[in-house]
Amino acid sequence: MVDTAKEGTQASTREWIRRNFGPRAIIETENLSFFYGKEQALRDVSLSIPLEGVTAIMGPSGCGKSTLLRAFNRMYELYRGARVVGRITFLGQDLLKADPVVLRRHIGMVFQRPNPFPKSVFDNVAYGPKVHGIRKRSALQGIVEESLRCAALWDEVKDRLKDSAFSLSGGQQQRLCIARALAVRPEVLLMDEPCSALDPKATDKIEATTRELAEELTVVVVTHNLQQAGRISDNVAVLLAGGELAEFGPTRAVFEDPEDGRVADYLCGRFG
Amino acid sequence: MIAKPELDRKRRNMIQTVAFTVLTLASLAAFFALALIVYIMVTKSIGALSWEFLSKMPRKGMTEGGIYPMLLGSFYLTGGALIAALPFGVASAIWLAEYAGGGVWVRGIRVGVNTLAGVPSIVFGLLGLAFFVNVLGLGASLLSGAFTLGVLILPILIRASEEALRAVPDEFREGALALGATPWCAVRTVVLPTAIPGILTGVVLSIGRAIGETAPILFTAAAIYKTRLPETLGETLTSRMMALPTHIFYMATENPRGWEAKDLQFGAGLVLLGLVLIMNLGAVTWRARVRRRKPW
Repeated sequence: MVDTAKEGTQASTREWIRRNFGPRAIIETENLSFFYGKEQALRDVSLSIPLEGVTAIMGPSGCGKSTLLRAFNRMYELYRGARVVGRITFLGQDLLKADPVVLRRHIGMVFQRPNPFPKSVFDNVAYGPKVHGIRKRSALQGIVEESLRCAALWDEVKDRLKDSAFSLSGGQQQRLCIARALAVRPEVLLMDEPCSALDPKATDKIEATTRELAEELTVVVVTHNLQQAGRISDNVAVLLAGGELAEFGPTRAVFEDPEDGRVADYLCGRFG
Repeated sequence: MIAKPELDRKRRNMIQTVAFTVLTLASLAAFFALALIVYIMVTKSIGALSWEFLSKMPRKGMTEGGIYPMLLGSFYLTGGALIAALPFGVASAIWLAEYAGGGVWVRGIRVGVNTLAGVPSIVFGLLGLAFFVNVLGLGASLLSGAFTLGVLILPILIRASEEALRAVPDEFREGALALGATPWCAVRTVVLPTAIPGILTGVVLSIGRAIGETAPILFTAAAIYKTRLPETLGETLTSRMMALPTHIFYMATENPRGWEAKDLQFGAGLVLLGLVLIMNLGAVTWRARVRRRKPW
């Protein structure tokens, strides 16, 4: 696995990945099935997340969107009885055999509900780098500022870095969580319905931020909001009830002319 | 037959009033019991209370002077118990809440912890005598007494800490793990700090419990009467201690001249009661404050 620290800056890591993996996908699944106990949440899903741009995962509730996302950073391992069958690769390596702790430094995650730690704004963003051994105050300050700028939050919080993260609004908290994930310099950012707990204005900001982030890293976003997927994603995967991948391709093509009739029904709002 | 509506309502109201009164009186009974205790202790000891009482050595077979060494002994015993038990308590709470899962062994351990909380305190005294005093050869000493009290408060600490850890939302754990923290790192840096107010509540409650216990220190640490304080740390740790609860016990039962100093005896009781009440009140208000402030 790529060691970000050794490779130097985010940009040069990205260049290295582009040179070596550009034409190929950054994450690939092969016949991926997923079980919670006896219940099957995903059925033979094979798809390739492209290196560039935003990939949206859509589908009706209970179709396994979040499960698929949580397979990419192995967060499903926290849930009892969760079991995965099939293959996932990240940068060509077997993701399911990797050390999840190392993997999660490369594949970050933003959750449905903002979940800042009960610490200051600064300490929230500095948490990841600190855990990974960066101790120098000046280095941490640099990372915190850069991450907050990337999450479009710096101007709003630069004078209150010492305040509790809970003093921020819901939308700000979510952007703080994005900054916190960015501070580890991941190659991929997974977002699990990041706007579902937010008002329209905060949603706008997160969407704009997401678009900008996609210049620097791969973004995979789960959403049940068709308009949102249309606004922010370059590619879209549509899952249907039962955890079956019905369609995967460029967003425009899927939206305008879906090959699968059930996807057409879903997109027209006839079910789901 | 249907009763006249008017009569019916009157009867209903009366039953209502009676029931309400009974319930109110029943709940007031507990409060009155406390009030009565405080009243008796205060009226019987009013003559004894003074700064000298708290800060001076006892004199003339404890019929005069103060309770300074007993206070000190109680603080040492309680503090020692806490130092000995807190690491074990928090560690096992972390294991139970974060790692253990729900297997047969874990359930067994949990039952064990709960049973330990129900063991009569005199049995802890016997355990201390058999194990710390004799098997470990610590003799009747501050160490033996503190360890015995430590075992006594262990289940309180475990329960309070486990509860506090479980109250930490899973979102925090997920957030930390998703950043590439190891599970232990997540516990150490996010979960445990968040749980500390709750753990401290348990600490205060257990201090209140330990400081008032008589039976566990009776055979393991208590001295009836000592005229001087130990001078070195070694001597403090290895010698018997006078302590508040055992002092009251000895004054009431063993000291032939105890009746001459009834007000001193009740004074010691009042001081002990005051300490326990302050601890419990502190724990309750602290907990309420933390709950109100909790931002998640």
